[in-house]
Amino acid sequence: MTEIAVLPATAHTPARRPPQRGYWRNVLKRFLRDRIGLVCLMVLLAIALAAIFAPLLAPADPYRTSMIRRLIAPGEKGYLLGTDELGRDMLSRLLYGGRVSLSMGIAPIVLSTMIGGGLGVIAGYFGRHINMMIMRVIDVFYAFPSVLLAVAMAGVLGSGILNSLISLTLVFIPPIARVAESVTTQVRNQDFVEAARATGAGSARIIIEHVLANVTGPILTYASSLVSVSIIISSGLSFLGLGASPPTADWGLMLNTLRQAVYVAPVNAVLPGVMIFLTSVSFNLVSDSLRTAMDVRA
Amino acid sequence: MNMVDARDRGGPRQPLLTVEGLRKYFPLRNALGTVSAHVQAVDDISFTVAKGETLGVVGESGCGKSTTARLLMHLIERDAGSLLLDGDPVGSGGVSVRDLRRQVQMVFQDSYASLNPRHTAVAEIAFGLRVIGHRRAEAEAQARQTLRLVGLDPDQFAGRYPHEMSGGQRQRVNIARGLALNPRLLILDEAVSALDKSVQAQVLNLIEELKQRLNLTYLFISHDLNVVHYVSDRVLVMYLGKIVEIGPVDEIWRNAAHPYTRALFSSRLSMNPADRVVAPPLTGDPPSPVNPPSGCRFRTRCALAEPICAAVEPSLLAAGADAAHAAACHAVQAGSGHSLAGGMTHAA
Amino acid sequence: MHLYILRRLLYTIPIIIGVSLVCFSFIHLAPGDPINSVLPEQASAEVVAQIKAAYGFDKPLPIQYLKWFSNVLSGDFGLSIMTRRPVLSEVGPAVAHTALLAVSATLLSFLLGTSLGLVAGMTTRRVTDRSVTAFSVVGISLPHYWLGMVMVVIFAVKMRMLPATGMGPAGADLTQFGIEDIKHLLLPAVTLAMIPTGIIARSVRATVAEVRRQDFVQTLKGKGLRRPRMFLHVIKNAAPPAIAIMGLQFAQLLGGSILVETVFSWPGTGFLLNAAISTRDLPLLQGTVIVLATFFVLTNVLVDIVQTLIDPRVRRA
Repeated sequence: MTEIAVLPATAHTPARRPPQRGYWRNVLKRFLRDRIGLVCLMVLLAIALAAIFAPLLAPADPYRTSMIRRLIAPGEKGYLLGTDELGRDMLSRLLYGGRVSLSMGIAPIVLSTMIGGGLGVIAGYFGRHINMMIMRVIDVFYAFPSVLLAVAMAGVLGSGILNSLISLTLVFIPPIARVAESVTTQVRNQDFVEAARATGAGSARIIIEHVLANVTGPILTYASSLVSVSIIISSGLSFLGLGASPPTADWGLMLNTLRQAVYVAPVNAVLPGVMIFLTSVSFNLVSDSLRTAMDVRA
Repeated sequence: MNMVDARDRGGPRQPLLTVEGLRKYFPLRNALGTVSAHVQAVDDISFTVAKGETLGVVGESGCGKSTTARLLMHLIERDAGSLLLDGDPVGSGGVSVRDLRRQVQMVFQDSYASLNPRHTAVAEIAFGLRVIGHRRAEAEAQARQTLRLVGLDPDQFAGRYPHEMSGGQRQRVNIARGLALNPRLLILDEAVSALDKSVQAQVLNLIEELKQRLNLTYLFISHDLNVVHYVSDRVLVMYLGKIVEIGPVDEIWRNAAHPYTRALFSSRLSMNPADRVVAPPLTGDPPSPVNPPSGCRFRTRCALAEPICAAVEPSLLAAGADAAHAAACHAVQAGSGHSLAGGMTHAA
Repeated sequence: MHLYILRRLLYTIPIIIGVSLVCFSFIHLAPGDPINSVLPEQASAEVVAQIKAAYGFDKPLPIQYLKWFSNVLSGDFGLSIMTRRPVLSEVGPAVAHTALLAVSATLLSFLLGTSLGLVAGMTTRRVTDRSVTAFSVVGISLPHYWLGMVMVVIFAVKMRMLPATGMGPAGADLTQFGIEDIKHLLLPAVTLAMIPTGIIARSVRATVAEVRRQDFVQTLKGKGLRRPRMFLHVIKNAAPPAIAIMGLQFAQLLGGSILVETVFSWPGTGFLLNAAISTRDLPLLQGTVIVLATFFVLTNVLVDIVQTLIDPRVRRA
């Protein structure tokens, strides 16, 4: 259901023409020239800052319920974005919700980049039997549709933020490992790696000093394109009641609890989804411009 | 050769490198992943490299030259055969692979691909020194010295990335990287082939000069006969994983015994009409190394082929007056059963 | 090429065994004693022992797995704890319902995605190109379960045009399909089609743009070939990747419709999975997951093979 199944095929190969001097400075320069990416980056920063400073910004306690003030429409009675089904201030809950939702979107990608990237680099570098062993296991997990694997794992482990983190990490390890394996295999077959081996250097040293410098770029770009998917799926888990548990403020969970109110207060009910969408689309576009900025051929 | 290397053990008469029965077959897998055949990349070759000499290795692409170089460096494992480094066996019990790599270094053909695009010249050269235990500052200081040795001003080139240098400059960095570890044998695998003619000459001169200054021994692999003639003391000709002829360079140039060697010369353009050898030029591609022809591997393209050539594999035996000259051809080996053998000479 | 296909087919065997291992491990990953997941409440010690023996929990893990897997291979996925009926008889109809939804969504997204992609790729007008690109980015960034809610609000709550939830009276029986069934299908199918539409549009646009840049198209253009003929050439080259993506997306939808099914109370596998999770019905969960994953693997293989047949360039050694 998500695009992670398709991306590895088009994932980036390490540029044959390598970067100019001060490669990263160049990337930054090119990135700053891309207006859409820049705007999206600012949106993300704003959302992140709002989440971090939620206690200062929130007009009300996000957990204080009120039976008489339920489902007030946005803009009425001093509630800028209205209230939810338990009379809690929506704006405050959305601000606080960014904390869980953002972390739950990013953390699985960080973890799976470290684990999947590591496995992929090891498989790609050593090749042969080690590659076989690692990649066959990866293939098995890749044989599950991503949403199914996330839901099934979270369902089996039980609801909760930690379990949801574990499930999502598991979902994103295979695609990242595949990309890492393929770029590493390409780098590994270049003469400079052989030249490094000819000096008698050990594998660990060659991987750290020669391989990583050439594969982290493509791996990170690919991983960044998955953050958007991760946000959607992790909120989806909460939406199914498998992620954060009530009364935690979390966008997915808010969608879940407000779902019954869709007939009464439709605007309130869809608001958390707007936040998820905004975050996910921004991550997507930032990742796109990052990729363009890093692609020297463009 | 005048200087005495502290690492010298057997004296000048003991070869620096002795290769005995070296073999490498690469397995070919079919679509189901089972091994269906082997590429006989290097098949049972033996030769020596004397201290201080330059041994040229020639042959068409795919004849096993580069595989041989990688086997000597232990970059790939040999299937059979032995290596002796100054008399000591390499591998179990003798010289460790680690020591081998300190004494034998290699310069690759593609100056671009063989330098890490994210490393500066000095970092690339210093890497090997840090591997053998030097601290970073020390290694980099030494790397800068080595840059100077190969004719690059360290102030100007130390901080450059591969794409900021010309092909010739990059190849100098590659040579510096090999020399930084102070090897005794330097394998140059098509090291100048990709360079422009004028740059090629400069790098060749550098290579010659370094050999004298550093008391080096070279294994010089190239498909360019003129270049090989210029740098080599002896020449080794390979065809489909086998050695077909070996001998002193002038002897080979004057009295090539093997039809393949002569064909190679005839396909070369010479400025000097007297050099032109009358032999049929090579036509077609070499046969597949997966299923090499029986007997002599060259017989399918050889004008002199006779039934004996398909039946018996010729061995590398003395050819001509020079004792150091040997060829693997029935036509020049008396008593081989070939109609041309026995008393007849083939030099044109 | 036949060898490649054969190898591809053979390779699914270890993959499916691996998938079954993962599914088998579910019971042991679940918190608490696995026996609790299959026990009726307040079971006596006698019943516990009985069930333990019946499920083979008293045996070592590899034996348990082999027994379970051989049962699965013969179609016995155990009994659902919730309904006490064989898991397969629960999963069967649910898969049909999900497949109906997934097929509709895939076709929809293919039609919409290729047209959008072609329009964007063929046009020289930046505005058109930009809007299609924007649409596809939105498509892949939308939380589709939320889109479903929004659709319900608009079409069911506000406009009262379409039913908000459930499936039509005919179920997955296409021979009985009527207007009521189509109305029920419309919202979930459109919702589900959103992501693949974006992906297909994006890929078609890229391929078309690339094909147009290629020499032979330029040559044809130089030869004065008319637009419609050129269009045909472009389509011929852009079709294989689009079809491949469609296949892969169908596979993803099959296993990924859980969230949308929940929104629309569509009685498919997602619904079943949800029920299995909330009642901790592990045999049902295992059965659903293994069936869906197997479908997923097989669809992917099929896509690969079809792609190999229609586009020789994709063939790998």
